[in-house]
This record gives sequence, structure tokens and C-alpha cells, in this order.
Amino acid sequence: MASLIEVDGLSRYYGQYCAVNNISFTLDKGQVIGLLGPNGAGKTTTLQMLSGNLAPSSGLIKINDFNLLTSPLKAKRSLGYLPDTPSLYKDLSVYEFLYYCAQLQSITSQAINPIITKTLERCGLEAVSKRLIANLSKGFQQRVGIAQAILHNPEVIILDEPTSSLDPIQIKEIRTLIKELGEAHGIILSTHILTEVQETCTHVQIINKGHIILNESILDLNQTMRQGGVQVITRLPVDIAVLSVLPDITRIEQIAHNHLKIHYSMTGNPIHQITETIIAKGWGLEEITPIKKSMEDIFLALTQVES
Amino acid sequence: MSIALVIATREFKSLFLSPLAWTILAVLQGILGYLFLNQVETFTLIQTKLAGMEDAPGLTDIVVTPVFSNAGIILLLVTPLLTMRLICEERRNKTLSLLLSAPISNSDIIIGKYLGTLLFLLLIVMLIAFMPLSLLMGGELDTGKFFANLLGLCLLVAGFNAVGLFMSTIAGHPTVAAIGSIGILLLLWILDWTNNIKDQRSELFEYLSILRHFQTIQSGQINSMDLCYFVLFIATFLLLSIRCLANERFQK
Repeated sequence: MASLIEVDGLSRYYGQYCAVNNISFTLDKGQVIGLLGPNGAGKTTTLQMLSGNLAPSSGLIKINDFNLLTSPLKAKRSLGYLPDTPSLYKDLSVYEFLYYCAQLQSITSQAINPIITKTLERCGLEAVSKRLIANLSKGFQQRVGIAQAILHNPEVIILDEPTSSLDPIQIKEIRTLIKELGEAHGIILSTHILTEVQETCTHVQIINKGHIILNESILDLNQTMRQGGVQVITRLPVDIAVLSVLPDITRIEQIAHNHLKIHYSMTGNPIHQITETIIAKGWGLEEITPIKKSMEDIFLALTQVES
Repeated sequence: MSIALVIATREFKSLFLSPLAWTILAVLQGILGYLFLNQVETFTLIQTKLAGMEDAPGLTDIVVTPVFSNAGIILLLVTPLLTMRLICEERRNKTLSLLLSAPISNSDIIIGKYLGTLLFLLLIVMLIAFMPLSLLMGGELDTGKFFANLLGLCLLVAGFNAVGLFMSTIAGHPTVAAIGSIGILLLLWILDWTNNIKDQRSELFEYLSILRHFQTIQSGQINSMDLCYFVLFIATFLLLSIRCLANERFQK
């Protein structure tokens, strides 16, 4: 089966400035990709290009097997997009707005009402459906934006910072909604909240200065994070064979003859034994630093290496 | 095409959500009503003199034509205020991406927006037309000339609308769009004033002048040349708008 989104060699320049540089990835049904990155990394630009709001400088975008650049109408038919600032007509009521959106998506007039009712319920908007969008709180406006993106049940849903300006309860609800939607659709969302990616996404992509610097599934990432490690610097060279037989140690990386990275599984904590062994062998322990691996660390490590 | 109608309906309805449309309707009716009564008054004053003249101008010439001419000038100033928000405001409120990411073409967006305001402008023209029609209660109108005037004014506002839409597509701010379109329209209106000086006649300016074509139609001569002028005029600005909107995605 073809991927829902296929991006190949996508680049975007603003004048001389390169916002997105030669990125490629695919999105399949059932996947939720979280696009992470610091400010100005190119997240929004990427999503704008995927939604057809911005023309790429070079590269190929295929949505549901239709090329977005050569057959935009067919490609956009399977696309729901929530921009970073939700596109809302503030002088309309929630119901009127969604009705207009449904019309724009060429939904037949008999089908519109049940679809709107279902979407209102999904996004928790039943109570405010008759109110003007301008009078709603920011959180509710954000929900209307999400409602607009999922209204026509598109195969691909693109959400640019879906949980920004929501309260914790709403964030939880929206995350549940995204997970639920992710089962039957392909979702790509951008965020700078790391826990959000861990909770809602199946895949994570870290993007910095227009490059994708990490593209992994959450399962693999969790695997990496579950492992702990220490960095050891000694005065004399170390015999790795001696250390590797210690319990719980999974892997030892030798960076220099007296500089090691020792990885161990989180279930045990062999630091005590490591230090004792090194001292007993008389290798002269000079430094021992734990390597912490939270999502933040991976994120910071990856984004700071570049800068 | 049906999508264009959806956009047009939305545009037309949303005009009435703001006080702008109502204000424009009220002010226009007020001013034109005054001008109309003025012309009727003039006619009653000179009626006796006219009766003695051979080949005298009739009620239509003295009342209908001036009212429609003045309506043309006033609408020249008013249409840009209606059209300035069309694309510009959507871009500023970031609602344009709703249209751009929906499965609709740029021409649907432009034609939809165009038809939405055109409908409102035709409503204005219709209200203006009721004034001369009220004369039928006590007099007779030259229906041919009356309909020529009506056609002329409809084509005129359709042209104004296209220019306004184009300026709204390229401008970054609604006020800029309004001033830009008033500028273009006024220039096209006064373009053949130089022709009053006999040795400076320019065929090109004469053809480009929107006023000249309007006046020809008003006088009751409906030439294919004038009709073509308006059709080309509208088509040109609509095509330019569609091109501009397509360029939106190439912003740097």
C-alpha cells in the first residue's frame, strides 16, 4: 500500500535563508508523527508546504499517492490542516463556520448535519455550537480549529501545535482524540512539548535548522531512554574485558584509551561495582559522570550538536 | 463552480454581518435620493420651456441619465471600500489557509469572492433603479434608454469590482487596497479629459477611458465594442487576481 504522505528531497528557501533543507520521510496509516524542534527549526514551514499553503523550492510531496504540486485538488481532498494560528471566521458561529468548511470540502448537503454533530461531539463543542467564534476562549477556538481539520474525515491530518493555549484537561482530551484518530488516519503534528510526543505519537522526528536529525519510532526511542550509562575517564588505559563481565552492563564504548562510555540497563545499577573495580585495578579513576537519557536530553543533545 | 457559489454566498452574507454594508446602502440611498429629487425638481421647472422646443430632451434624459452618471461616480468611490477586505483581510487574519488547503482551485476562490460582492453591488444598482421607476406613477419613461442606463451601470460596477478585487489580492493592508483601487479607477475615469483639448486627442486614451464607454452605453447606443471593453476589462483583472493568488504560495 502506498504511503499517505511521501516527502522526498523537500527544500524551502526564503530569499537566501534556507528554512527547510532536503528532508524526506513517509507517513503511513496508523502512524502519528511528532515533529519536534526549537523555534525557527522549520516545523511550520514544513507543515505549510504539506498543506499546500506554501510552494516548496524543490522536492516532491505526494499525499495519498497524488502529487500535491501537479494535482493539488485531488491531493488536498484527503487533507485536513490546522495552521499554527487557526483559520477561523470570527464573525460566524461555530456551527455556521463548520457548515461553511463542510461546503468547501464538497460534502453533500444531506450529509453535512450528521457530520457536524459528530465532530462537535468529538471535540467537545456541543455546548458552544451556537456562539460566535469571536466570543469563545482561546482554548475553544483552538478546538474549533481542530474540528475544522477533522470534519471531512481526511486520511491525512496535519496539526500545527494542536495543544497550544489549551488547559491541562483540554490537552488531555485532545491527546486522547489524536490517539484515537491516529488509529484510522495518518497524523503529523508539530509541537515543542516533549511529553506530548511521548504520549501521543508513534514516531518522532526532530528537526533543527531545516534538517531532520532524528527519525525514530517511539518504541525505539523508549528503548534508548530506558538504558542508563556513565562516562568514565581514567588515568591509565582500562581493560574492557574486565568491566564487561560485570552484571547489568549492556555495552561499553571506548572513546579514547582512557575514556569509556558504559551503558547498562535501568533495572540494575552497577555504578558502585564499576568504580570499585576501577579502583581495585589501580587504573586511577579521574572522572565519572552519569549519562542521563530523557527525551529532553536526546532533544538537547541533538539540537545543540548542530549549533 | 459550485464551490465558487458557496464562497460567493458566504461573502454576500458576511457583508451584512458588519455595519459597513448597511452604512453604504443607507448613505448611497440618501445621497442619490437627494440628487434624484433635485433632477425631478429641475424637470418640473423647465417643463414648460421644453414643451415649446422641438426635439426636446425628455424625462429620461433629464432625470435618469444624470442620476445614473452620479451613481457611477459615487460607486467609484464606494466599491473599493467593499472590495478592499476580500483577500487582504483573509490574509491578515490567516483565514486564507482554510481556502488554500481545501480542495478548491484559485479561480474558484477569486470568482467566488467576485460574485459575492457583485451580488451586493447589483443590489445597490437595483435600489437606484427603483427611483426612476417610481416616475412611472405619474409620467412616462423611455424604457430603452432606461435599460441602457441600467446595463451601463451594472457593467461599470462589475468593472470596479474586478479592479478592487485585484488590488485586494496584491495589497498587504485593506486601506492600501482601497486607495490603490480608487487611484486606478479615477485615472481610468479621467483618462480622456485631455481629449477636450482638440490637438491632443489620443485614440488609445479614448479607448482605455472607462467613462467614455459608460457614456456611450448611457446614451442608448449599445455597441459590441463597449460591451467587449467591459468584458475584457473584468476578465483581465480577474485573471491577474488568480495569478496573484497563485503567487501567494511562492512568498519569500
